Amino acid sequence: MPTLELTVNGTQRTVEVRNRTLLVEMLREHLGLTGTHVGCDTSQCGACVVLVDGVSVKSCTMLAVQAEGAAVTTIEGLANGAGLHPMQEAFREHHGLQCGFCTPGMVMSAVDLANRNPDPSEHEVREWLEGNLCRCTGYHNIVKAVQAGARAMGGAS
Amino acid sequence: MEDFQYHAPGSVDAAVSLLRDAEDGKVVAGGMSLLPLMKLGLAAPGGLVSLGKVSGLDGIADRGSEIEVGALCTHAQVAAAEIVRERIPALAAMAEGIGDAQVRNRGTIGGSVAHNDPAADYPAACLALGATIATDRREIAADDFFLGMFFTALEEDEVITAVRFPVPTRAGWAKFPNPASKYAVAGVMAADGPAGVRVAVTGASGDGVFRVAEMEAALASSFEPASVAGVSVSAEAMLSDDAAGPEYRAHLVTVMAKRAVEEA
Repeated sequence: MPTLELTVNGTQRTVEVRNRTLLVEMLREHLGLTGTHVGCDTSQCGACVVLVDGVSVKSCTMLAVQAEGAAVTTIEGLANGAGLHPMQEAFREHHGLQCGFCTPGMVMSAVDLANRNPDPSEHEVREWLEGNLCRCTGYHNIVKAVQAGARAMGGAS
Repeated sequence: MEDFQYHAPGSVDAAVSLLRDAEDGKVVAGGMSLLPLMKLGLAAPGGLVSLGKVSGLDGIADRGSEIEVGALCTHAQVAAAEIVRERIPALAAMAEGIGDAQVRNRGTIGGSVAHNDPAADYPAACLALGATIATDRREIAADDFFLGMFFTALEEDEVITAVRFPVPTRAGWAKFPNPASKYAVAGVMAADGPAGVRVAVTGASGDGVFRVAEMEAALASSFEPASVAGVSVSAEAMLSDDAAGPEYRAHLVTVMAKRAVEEA
């Protein structure tokens, strides 16, 4: 089995995977990082979004071996100890979730947007979240949370 | 998903020789088309040759009369590139409308063109702009490249290295996306450039991307939305799915063509 070296949430990891192992399977099943969710498993819903080298990707549609040498950030890697990341804090403050299943992917996607655009308009947020589905909220508070979180991040994650 | 051999060579030449040696080998770049097919069991390559470690294929260069886009450029890169936005804004708009942000972050121009999904956007841009597809061994005009649904002129062990787009005088893109997948139900690029006036349609036909000669002739005499508004295409070869039946798709082709000309 291939041995993979990569950085996950700032820590160097060595993982044995199969070639067919998906990045999300490696994160959840090999490393126990179950904050990254699997929703549709067909690259539509965005529950599995993580950052690979700072860029948001759907981890159900990337092979673990494709992340060889990369730096992966999951929802578990955002908070600094007990303090929430500004984007997480904004989702809490603006009640940008109900059941919470889509939230990890929403937050990771939002962090990527905020890194590109520190003050996105409502329209820009809604366009950006095209690939993140929420079946509870109707998106309204998510959009508010992303705008507030982006401003709080001040353009840096 | 069945397991497979996986290789991540550092050069195009090495990728070609690995493909030659692999049993039922496939190139993978971003994997946005291939991996979903593999997960569904619709593709089961014996060997994957990843281009992820090949450098030098992700640049976008101004070559004067042409813009050269490296095969590994992601849709996000093409959409954001100043050169593309200034010189071929229709191409940037097209790239910006593919899938969603995460798909655009991974999916590449080379992958989209090589896969030739009948509902992918890039084949229409290549055909309308008269692009040239450069590979490890030759250059192929877009006219000779797209040979039908999921079928191209590429040989089994051939690797795309770049796509070159002649800069048009004007070009416009309009797409009616499937609301779930964002693939084109009907997408049209209308261009007036070095390759002449061209109208290329994706998403609509079971034969893949195609040109509409009658619209091109009408636009050649007057490049106005009204010129194409009255030109309809036959519903005979149109795709049919949950999003649209053949008659509606044929109707959308005319509407999107009109909007594409408006955008140009």
